[in-house]
Amino acid sequence: MSAVNGAAVERWTPESRIAIAAAAVVVALLAVGPAIFSANAVDKLTTLFIYVILALMWNALVGFCGLVSIGQQAFFGLGAYAAIRLANWGVSVYPSLFLGALIVGALSWPLSLVMLRLKGGEFAIGMWVVSELAHLLVNLDTLVRGETGTSLIELDAYASGSRRALTYWCALAAMTGLVAIVFWLLRSPLGAAIQAIRDNEEAAESIGVRVARAKRLVFTLTAFGAALAGALWVATALTFQPKAYFSPIWTAYMIFMALVGGLGTFEGAILGAVVFFAIETWFGDMGVWYLVGLGATALIFALLFPRGLWGWVEDTTSLRLLPIGYRLRRGNGMNRAKGREPDAGEGGAGGS
Amino acid sequence: MIFLNQILQGVLLGGYYALIACGLSFMFGVMGVINLAHGSLAVVAAYALFVLADRFGVEPFLGLLIVAPAMGLVGWALQRLVLERSARGGLLVPVLSTFGLSIILDNLMFQGFGADTRSLAPYIGDLSYDSWSLTDDIAIGKLAALTMAVAIALLGGIEAFLSRTLIGRAIRATAEDPDTVGLVGINARRVNAIAAAIALATVAIAGAFLGMRATFDPYAGAAQLIFAFEASVIGGAGSLWGTLIGGVVLGVAQSLGAMISPQGFFIAGHLAFLAVLFARLFFGSLGARVRSALAGGARP
Repeated sequence: MSAVNGAAVERWTPESRIAIAAAAVVVALLAVGPAIFSANAVDKLTTLFIYVILALMWNALVGFCGLVSIGQQAFFGLGAYAAIRLANWGVSVYPSLFLGALIVGALSWPLSLVMLRLKGGEFAIGMWVVSELAHLLVNLDTLVRGETGTSLIELDAYASGSRRALTYWCALAAMTGLVAIVFWLLRSPLGAAIQAIRDNEEAAESIGVRVARAKRLVFTLTAFGAALAGALWVATALTFQPKAYFSPIWTAYMIFMALVGGLGTFEGAILGAVVFFAIETWFGDMGVWYLVGLGATALIFALLFPRGLWGWVEDTTSLRLLPIGYRLRRGNGMNRAKGREPDAGEGGAGGS
Repeated sequence: MIFLNQILQGVLLGGYYALIACGLSFMFGVMGVINLAHGSLAVVAAYALFVLADRFGVEPFLGLLIVAPAMGLVGWALQRLVLERSARGGLLVPVLSTFGLSIILDNLMFQGFGADTRSLAPYIGDLSYDSWSLTDDIAIGKLAALTMAVAIALLGGIEAFLSRTLIGRAIRATAEDPDTVGLVGINARRVNAIAAAIALATVAIAGAFLGMRATFDPYAGAAQLIFAFEASVIGGAGSLWGTLIGGVVLGVAQSLGAMISPQGFFIAGHLAFLAVLFARLFFGSLGARVRSALAGGARP
């Protein structure tokens, strides 16, 4: 952190230190949740954790890498299927949630070689095709019994109370772990490279960013995250109906969370998940009109507020809760550099 | 013989895919936009024709005289209100906004028409099932043949329109460089709105054939989008004659897949799509080469 004329480049700010400390306290408090909260609240929070994972993963793919996918439900569904398949083969049921997601993540690596050749909207629908294909192939497994589906019966070995708590802890651990990984990734030189790709792929390549490798890594990580979310979902919902898991509505949810929270902002993904969770809780019973409202909100945000709620907070306040970029601090400590340029620009230089 | 028949039926099915892919390909080629509401808009057109036929006794081919221009207006509005504005937000925003639009359309149609499947087949008389028998095993459905003929006429018509008319050339020039065309007195905004209107008018025609050849429901748009997209990418995105080839490849793959198992129909189609992508990875841009070979004569 060099100081020239009293100015300094800083990464941590007092707000961000407080935010990280507060996040640690919240996670610690949530960890004892099952002992305190009602069964319904524990289930609800598990759902929220899964939404945070989905929002975070989709946001990392789109917001940081510039890859819009309409097919992340492929990994969501495959994650759920892999858990059921492994549990059926006799793998202990909770480890199979994570092991299944790892396998799906590993499979997504070769897939990325082909799919990342597609650009923009072609990649978006191409992933949708992959998801349809994954759906059809999963249906071929006799264990799934076509669209009738099956359930994670191995979970019946646990009493409902301990099952609820275990699933909750798994979801909390998965969410915290993925948040930490994405946080670490974005602060690393690779994170700077990834954001440089989003801002301008050709320019990033010209200054030596290994574009293909960085994209493949993010693709694989987000596939793993979505698969883990799917595995956790089947652990809470118990039933697995392929149509419900491989539905593009999951991507609609992810788009909603990422757009409303703020594309490309780390905090925005979490905020978007919380907003979506609240809206679903209040309006989810409205059925079709609820979905129309979700689509309309996503459309309005895309057209009028593409930076989302957190983008608005960043633009108007200079508040950064999580220290991902760098920023310039004047000598007198006032008039902090605002806007996104210092974040991405400084970071991009570091990644080359 | 059964094998030959499956291939023939697949080729004819390809005509429908080329038809549904026409608007998507045109919009992508000319405006660089992939419209994710494409399939849903085709279903909107099918419902519009259904309402005209069911309530007002207007048969679908006559109804197209109303619905195609109406969809053209929808295209104009889509460009002005959604695509133009989202294009300003970057390349990815149109993908998000049109996906949001498709969710709105699908669910509004569900709200309005319920989950019942509909078809336009009852309103076109014996055209929906009549066929010419070539041999004992091989028959060509009249509707399938008409679909193929319309697809070829439409693709050829658009190709001729783009290369021979003033507005067609303006559309191509705008696709090439929207800033520079302003210097030679072309209003890029207007040209793009016209292009979107044409694309959506073709979507209306595709919607008519969607309704006539089978049944549809409010959520049928997603599958139409995927088929259209596969045909368009297999043929080389943005190329109109390539789209016809892409549609035929997809149709043949699906009908051969259907011989193996009922699910094989869809699986083979998706696999054909991925195989083409994979082939391009190793053998260069296959579609682009086919396109340039085919377009060599048509475009000066």
